[in-house]
Amino acid sequence: MSPLVRHTLTVYKKELRESLRDRRTLISMFVVPTIAIPLLMLGFAVVTVKLVTQAKSEASSVMILGAAQSPAVKAALAANPKLKIVPPDPGYRAAISGKSLRAAVELADDFDLAVTESRRSDVRIYHYDGDLKSGIAANELDRFFRDYREQAVQATLSARGLPPALARPYDIKRQNVAPPEKVGGAMFGGIIPYVIVLLCFTGAMYPAMDLTAGEKERGTLETLLASPVPRSAIVYGKFFVVLTSALSTVIFAGLSTMITLPLSGWLLGGMVKGSAVAAGAGAAAGMMPQINPLGFLVSLGMVVPVAILFAAVLLAVSIFARTYKEAQSYAGPMIMVVIMPAVAAMLPGIELNLRLCLIPILNVSLVSKELVSGTFNPVHLAVIFGSSCVYAAAALAFATQLFKRESVLFRT
Amino acid sequence: MISVHSLTKVFQDRKRGQIRAVDDVSFSCQPGQIYGLLGANGAGKTTVMRLLATLLRPTGGSAMVAGYSVTEAPDAVRAHVGFLAASTALYARLTARETLAYFGALQGMDAGAIAARTDTLARGLGMTDFLDRRVGTFSTGMKQKTSIARTLVHDPSVIILDEPTLGLDVMAARAILRFVRDCRDRGKTVIYSTHVMPEVERLCDRVGIIHGGRLLAEGTVAELRQRAGKTDLEDVFVALTGAEKEEAA
Repeated sequence: MSPLVRHTLTVYKKELRESLRDRRTLISMFVVPTIAIPLLMLGFAVVTVKLVTQAKSEASSVMILGAAQSPAVKAALAANPKLKIVPPDPGYRAAISGKSLRAAVELADDFDLAVTESRRSDVRIYHYDGDLKSGIAANELDRFFRDYREQAVQATLSARGLPPALARPYDIKRQNVAPPEKVGGAMFGGIIPYVIVLLCFTGAMYPAMDLTAGEKERGTLETLLASPVPRSAIVYGKFFVVLTSALSTVIFAGLSTMITLPLSGWLLGGMVKGSAVAAGAGAAAGMMPQINPLGFLVSLGMVVPVAILFAAVLLAVSIFARTYKEAQSYAGPMIMVVIMPAVAAMLPGIELNLRLCLIPILNVSLVSKELVSGTFNPVHLAVIFGSSCVYAAAALAFATQLFKRESVLFRT
Repeated sequence: MISVHSLTKVFQDRKRGQIRAVDDVSFSCQPGQIYGLLGANGAGKTTVMRLLATLLRPTGGSAMVAGYSVTEAPDAVRAHVGFLAASTALYARLTARETLAYFGALQGMDAGAIAARTDTLARGLGMTDFLDRRVGTFSTGMKQKTSIARTLVHDPSVIILDEPTLGLDVMAARAILRFVRDCRDRGKTVIYSTHVMPEVERLCDRVGIIHGGRLLAEGTVAELRQRAGKTDLEDVFVALTGAEKEEAA
C-alpha cells in the first residue's frame, strides 16, 4: 500500500469513527432519510387523500338562484345525494367567499319551460376558484346539468321520432397507451431526482463543514498539519468521509422510498376503496408504485458523480471558511444553486440532450426522470457520468490546493 | 538539534500592509537542552514555532531541525518533531488511546509500537485512569496531558512546546514541567515558549527574549540578569525589551 493510500485510509477511518459518534451527523445521515422523510411523504399523501375523500363524500351545500317557476329542475337537484340545497340568499357571493356555501347555480325563472320548448337558457355556476370543496361542488353541478341537458335533448328527439344519435353522433374516448411505469415516471420522475439531489447535498453539507471549518475552529487542524502526512492525504481522507455521508443519506432515503412507495400505494388504495370514492385519488394511488425499479436504482447510481461534486465543492468552501458559522453562511445559499437546476428538470417539456448532459445537477435530474420512466440512453449516461467526474475532480484539486495555502489555513 | 539563521516571516495584510511577524531571528538549541522563547503575546513566539514545525514557510533565512531543512524537507522535519501548539485542541469524540493511535498511525507507526508507546506515555504522564475515556469529558489538565502524549507518541528527537502550561492548575503544571525535564534528560532538543517567568528560571538552559518579531537578547538566565543588571527575571525582561518605555510612550 502506498503511503498516500495508507494515510488517506488512516484519516478516513478516524474521521468516520468520529462522525458516527456525532449525534448531528447520525441524524442527518440515518434518521432524516430513513424515518423522517418517508414519514413526511406518507403522512402528506395520507392526509391529502383523506381530505379529498372526505370532501367528496360530504354533500355539498349549494344554493339555487332563480328558477322561480321551475319546480322540475329544483326537484332533480334536491334529489341528488351529493348536493344539499340551501334556501336562496342575496349574500351568496359572500357566503361562497367565506366558505360557508360551496357553490350557487343561477337559472332563469322559466328554466323548465325553456327546456321543454327547446329554447336556449344558460346556467351560471358561482364558485370559489382554487378551493377544493367549492371545486367539487361546482364539478358536481356541472356534471348534473350536462346530464340534465342530455336527457332533455334525448326526450325531445324521441318525441319527434328522431334517433338519439342525431344530437350525439359519436362519443370521444381517451385511451392511455403509455405503460403505467411511464405514466408514473412522468408524474414522479421530476420529484424523485429533486429529493435525491437535495438529500445528497444536505448529507454532504454537515460533515464537510465539521471536518474542515469545524476542525479549524476547534483548534485541532494545526496538530493534524504538524504530522508528516501529505496534505492531499488529509483532504482525500476527509473527502471520502463527506462522500460516504452524502451517499449514505441517499441510499437510506432510496431504500426507505422503495419500501414507502408500494406501502403508500397499498395504504392509499385501501383508503380510497374503503370510502368507495372513485376517480382522481384512486388513480393517483394506483399509480404511485408504478416507477421502474431498475431505473430508480440506476438513478441512485447516477447520483454518485453528483455526490462527488458536492463533497468536493463543499469541502473547498468549508476549508476557506474560518469558522463553522462562516462555512454555514457560504454553504447555505449554495442550496439555492443546487435546487434551481433540480427544479428546472421538473418543468414540462425539458428533454435531455447532449448539451444539457454537460450541465451539472440538471443533467442528473433529467436523466433520473428518464430512468424512472424506464428509458435508458447509454450515451447520455456515459456523458453525464464522465462530465460530472471531471467537475468533481476539478473541485477536489481546488480543495487540495486550498489545503496547501497557509493564508487559507491560518486565516484569522 | 535546531539551528536557526536570520529566520524571517512577513505576512501580507489587506488593512495593515506588510507585517514582519518574525524578523531576522537566529539561535540554536542542542540535544539535551531546553531553549526558552520568552515574549509577550504577539511577540512572534508562535510564528517562530510554526516555522520550525513547517506549518508556515519562511519568507527569508533558514532553519535546520533534526538535520533537515524546514524549506527543503518539511515532511522529514515533521517526522522528527513533536509540536504542541498553544491553541491546540483534541478530538472530543475520541478517547485518549484512540487519539494516540491516530497520531501514531499518521507518523507511520504500527499497532504494536503504538500500544507500547501509549503505555509508556500514560505511565509517565499519569494518564492510565482516563486513557479509555472520551476526551470531551476531560478536565483541562487531562486534556493537556493527552496533548503532550500525542505530541510525543512517535518519540521525536525535537520537541516544540508552545505555552504548554497555559490555563493549568499548579499540580497539572508541575507534572508537565517534570515531564519536559525528563525529555531533556533523555537527550531531546526542546524549544519551550512561555511568558511565565518562574517556569523559565526552573526549566530553561538558554533563553531567547523575543519582542516585535526580533530576538533582542539570548543567553542563560544568569547571563541575561547580568546583562540587564537586574535580579528579578520580570525586571530583566522589561529592561531588555524596553516594554516599559513603549508603554509610557
